[in-house]
Amino acid sequence: MIPRHLLIGVATLLVLVVSMGIYLRQMRLRARELDYAEAEADASPVAPPTSGPTETVTLYVADDAAGTLRARSAQIPLPGGRQQRAEELLRALLRIYQQPGAAHPLAPAADIRSIFLVDPGAAVIDLNAAFADQHRSGILSEQLTVNSLVETLAFNVPGIQRVNILVEGKTRETLAGHADLTETFDVPTLVQAGSQ
Amino acid sequence: MRWSKREQFPVLSSQFSVGSRVLSDVLRAGLREILRTENWELRTGSCLAILLAAVIFLSAAAPDEDKHISVFSPVANYTLPVLERSGHEYVGLLELLEPLGRVTSHASGRQWTLRYNKVDAEFVAGRTRARIGGRDFDFTAPFVIENSRGLVPLSSLSGFLPRFLGTSVTYRESARRLFVGEVGIQVSFQLEATNPPRLNLNFSGPVNPTISTEPGKLRMVFKRDPVVSPGSASISFDDKIITQANYTEGNGEAELDVAASEPLLATFSNDRKTIVISAVEQSAAVSAGTTSQNPGQTPNSGAAAANPGADAFSGNNTGNNNASPNATVHRILAVVDPAHGGEERGAALTDKLAEKDVTLGFGRLLRHELEIRGFAVALLREGDTTSNLDQRASAANVAHAGVYISLHAVSQGTGAHVYTALLPVEGTSKGTFHAWNAAQAPALPISHLVATAIVAEFQKRQFPARDSSASLRPLNNVFMPAVAVELAPGAGGVGDLTSANYQQRAAAAIADAVFSVRDRFGVQLGAQLGAQSGVRP
Repeated sequence: MIPRHLLIGVATLLVLVVSMGIYLRQMRLRARELDYAEAEADASPVAPPTSGPTETVTLYVADDAAGTLRARSAQIPLPGGRQQRAEELLRALLRIYQQPGAAHPLAPAADIRSIFLVDPGAAVIDLNAAFADQHRSGILSEQLTVNSLVETLAFNVPGIQRVNILVEGKTRETLAGHADLTETFDVPTLVQAGSQ
Repeated sequence: MRWSKREQFPVLSSQFSVGSRVLSDVLRAGLREILRTENWELRTGSCLAILLAAVIFLSAAAPDEDKHISVFSPVANYTLPVLERSGHEYVGLLELLEPLGRVTSHASGRQWTLRYNKVDAEFVAGRTRARIGGRDFDFTAPFVIENSRGLVPLSSLSGFLPRFLGTSVTYRESARRLFVGEVGIQVSFQLEATNPPRLNLNFSGPVNPTISTEPGKLRMVFKRDPVVSPGSASISFDDKIITQANYTEGNGEAELDVAASEPLLATFSNDRKTIVISAVEQSAAVSAGTTSQNPGQTPNSGAAAANPGADAFSGNNTGNNNASPNATVHRILAVVDPAHGGEERGAALTDKLAEKDVTLGFGRLLRHELEIRGFAVALLREGDTTSNLDQRASAANVAHAGVYISLHAVSQGTGAHVYTALLPVEGTSKGTFHAWNAAQAPALPISHLVATAIVAEFQKRQFPARDSSASLRPLNNVFMPAVAVELAPGAGGVGDLTSANYQQRAAAAIADAVFSVRDRFGVQLGAQLGAQSGVRP
């Protein structure tokens, strides 16, 4: 025969467990509703616009045969944020290099993962692995890529003086065996060297 | 600045023969005294002491002769070091064949295989029998493997090389001169009984000897020209002033000496196929003698001054690519760095050809071209070895080189690109130590000068070339003038990159350019050594 006080204790515990379960379920549903509400209230873009008002930008496009950069004007749609503008700018540059017969071809899978603008005057370009892994090896080819990215960014995003280039979020020794990516590029020095 | 052992110990070398005589006298006297004594313990101890002293003296004082073999072929003329193993003279087979065609090798234990163009060969260390082109060949001494390098005895060269090269090979063993095909340059003599007399040396091809004068003699050393014996080792002339010409050859070089009772002057003509030797008039001779008193000038420069306007030999003529290396009093060390190597292959120039292989062959040719212009050269890698960028920079910095040249190759584009350092945002300098990432900063103006000179020399040779800046390590880590040369194919396509002829032209252009600005290296280096306390990674 089970003692009466033991039965009352077990029954009370069961009631408490069931009540807590119901309460937790309610809390979870409420938190999810709050997340949805915040997401709906956030007006910032999650991706660059594919259409809409365009702006004129200057892209510094590499030409392997001439061994130089050529300034080229382009009309591209740009988002409002400084960081997103920088990313869209370099993606527009990459699209030129990924066209068939480009004067400085890059791999179709090459992409800019993100760009971080760090005040004062510093930018970090994060490339994806395919960008570096599938890049042609050679001093001229690699240096033109670096110069093209840095000069395009510095010309269109005012105030950038120093640029670092990462690959998949990490420092990489060289782009494809030659151009040194471990150091910080000094924009005025690089622009001056490119103009000589 | 690096000096050879012979230069480091000139007094020791010159005193060797005197020392030998002294040693033999001491030995004779000592042995006499020992033989007189009847104490056997003293006799044995004294003998051992004398023996030990003799061994120490000989090992310390024996001159270390730099032995070389010179190879002359239609595509390249070059010099290789000779190694002595077990009483036989050896040379590296890969190094021997590399300038002549496409060659690869592989070492596995005692087995060593080599492929030259389409000829395969197998060698076994310690054995005299090898298999070359599907047939056996017996060397005169066992095959040697050292640090993955295959060494073959010199005395077997004329026997087995035709199997690789498919052409006749003549090896002059006593002179260590190897002729591939019919490349020999003949010389003939013609004495004109003018006043003063003139001796015309007519060569069957252009020549570029090192010329020096000694009392009663004008000496021409042919280091890179396949000049062969005129038939007789000594030719006498029926003249009171120019009396005799002697031909000798040894250690890879040929030498022609013209004996005379008066000072001689040598001038080139006929596209360097003729050397005219004439007696210097007394007034000019006095002038030449006076000029040679100036420090830094040689008697030859005085002789050249006696005949202005002529293409005469001048030891201090920066504009003359054929100036004598002997005229450079201080040898400047040039560091040549064949980029990549080992596991780091560099660019894939073709499916099978890696950048590291092209840069190594190119580096060897550049070393040769710089050496014959009087530079001491350190090649940062001799084989397919891995070195990181810090090690390369440290090697150049520790050696206090006068100039650093990094070599690269690429399959796209044409001609050559010459780069100087694109300095990054400078790291923090601590005290008198330079920031490692910007050690190049003080030398950068001279580096630009070197790059400009190299581009100019390339363009003289119809090579498309231009210079620019690149963020290319270790250019920014070395504190001496530093450039990188990226060689691209010529009109012949990617095949040019492995062509010894193409590489030779490029190497000669670089060497001429470096030679033309060499005076700036000493100033730069001296200033840096005075100012710097250290550069560390």
